[in-house]
Amino acid sequence: MLKVDRLSAWYGEARALREVSIQIDEGEIVTLVGRNGAGKTTLLRCLMGLHGGSYGNSYGKTSGTVSFLDADITRLGPHRRARRGLGYVPDDRGVYATLSVEENLLLPPAVGPDPWPMERVYETFPLLRERRRFPGTRLSGGEQQMLALARVLRTGARLLLCDEPTEGLSPLIVQQIGDILREVKSAGVTVLLIEQNVHFAATVADRHYLLAEGRIVESMDNEEVRAREHELLEYLGI
Amino acid sequence: MLQQAFNGLVGGAFYALLALGLAVIFGMLNVVNFAHGACYMLGAFGAFVLLDSFGVNFWVALGLVPVVLGLAGVVVERLFIRRLTPLDPLYNFLFTFGLALILQDLVKRQYGVQSQPYPRPSQLTGSINLGLFEYPAYQVFVLVTSLVLCGGVWLVLTRTRVGMIVRAATERPELTRALGIDVARWVTPVFGFGIALAGFAGVLAAPMRAVNPLMGADLIITVFAVVVIGGLGSVFGSVTAGFLIGLVSALGNYYAPALSQTLVFILMAVVLLWRPAGLFGRPEEVL
Ligand SMILES: Nc1ncnc2c1ncn2[C@@H]1O[C@H](COP(=O)(O)OP(=O)(O)O)[C@@H](O)[C@H]1O
Ligand SMILES: [Mg+2]
Repeated sequence: MLKVDRLSAWYGEARALREVSIQIDEGEIVTLVGRNGAGKTTLLRCLMGLHGGSYGNSYGKTSGTVSFLDADITRLGPHRRARRGLGYVPDDRGVYATLSVEENLLLPPAVGPDPWPMERVYETFPLLRERRRFPGTRLSGGEQQMLALARVLRTGARLLLCDEPTEGLSPLIVQQIGDILREVKSAGVTVLLIEQNVHFAATVADRHYLLAEGRIVESMDNEEVRAREHELLEYLGI
Repeated sequence: MLQQAFNGLVGGAFYALLALGLAVIFGMLNVVNFAHGACYMLGAFGAFVLLDSFGVNFWVALGLVPVVLGLAGVVVERLFIRRLTPLDPLYNFLFTFGLALILQDLVKRQYGVQSQPYPRPSQLTGSINLGLFEYPAYQVFVLVTSLVLCGGVWLVLTRTRVGMIVRAATERPELTRALGIDVARWVTPVFGFGIALAGFAGVLAAPMRAVNPLMGADLIITVFAVVVIGGLGSVFGSVTAGFLIGLVSALGNYYAPALSQTLVFILMAVVLLWRPAGLFGRPEEVL
């Protein structure tokens, strides 16, 4: 479904990604783990078309190719990528203060073959229905994360790119997010998830990539992650 | 006193229309349009030239001039501003500033610095009894029209999908693109609309203000203060602050004529000390 081939990225002279190649198949949940500054966010921004080029920050550069659903999307702008079915959940959740909760949900145009009706969104996230008239940023951190997830799910996006959705949230909310990810997976949605909590990662994902200093250094399955949990946590500095 | 307040609101109507255009342009493009005053001046001259050379009346000018200026704005945005945006913001400052001077001087060359006469439309020459005092009908028309226009823009921004996209793109342009919206497509019409508003204000001003090449430059400094007081990029704030400043300067003119020029800036300083983001510049508010 997603194929990244020797993707490199620079901030000015500083190289943040070095020839990253990964592949994700339809219906998988794949996590990307790595220390702070390893390049995880940069990789997601590259996939979204937000790094370099005429759309991204002017001092960002990239090389390599990205293909999605068998089409080369390397040169496409962010909105075109979104319209092909990439759903972006940024690391700061990206909830708009000047939009109500409901407007936050309705802003992105529907993209996939089966976008969610609002009724289904509110059934899955009843809290958002209650607060639909609130300004987006009036919600708590956990609620904002749910809103960011619900927003891309509603569009019918085929591949979710989630940048540390569980960061800083209570165990209960982390568990809820896990439930939602498993549920959307069973509906056929594919997820690339940035996650520092490797224990949580092993409960939701199928496979894991370890990113270090801009390189993919390891590819692991759940068993391997569980066996090496302590070692990984120590490495990640958690 | 009440009459002074009314004068202030009418003056404020012009500030509000200009500040509204500046605010949407700043919000969407991140460009401070220094040529905004010149566009207002061109609006008034457009009405004057249409009447003087072609016998086209006020009402037609009120419809036609903003559309023509808006389209000219679209061309300028496409040809220049869009190309300068990826560079340092300073380039667009300099560009719009230079454009303002050029437009002003071109008009000055053609018509000189003296004011051109422009009659009130015949339907609005009389005065209206407002209960407590008689007031010129044309001034009432200006006030009502600009209130309706500002209210209409407000409704579009808060109640429609286009408005939602403009708000989203103003707050987080990059994220809005990543959510599937072609932000660049909306930038040009928003710029054109802001310019058209300035042109509209200019036509409205022609029958009651001196039509001369410097009329925009004189006004725009106050309008910048209005935008800052209202909260940069806040549409609601700019409109409210526009009418407020109109009131303050009219009453100031009446009670303390010596201070009236500086009053607005004293107010600006006080507001900024009290609320650095401006009166309505709080990002957590829904507009
Ligand atoms: N806007 C930026 N300008 C310059 N360097 C940056 C910028 N953003 C990130 N970097 C650098 O790129 C590297 C990768 O950062 P990032 O992708 O944010 O890592 P992660 O998400 O894994 O913590 C880091 O060394 C960081 O300092
Ligand atoms: Mg990060």
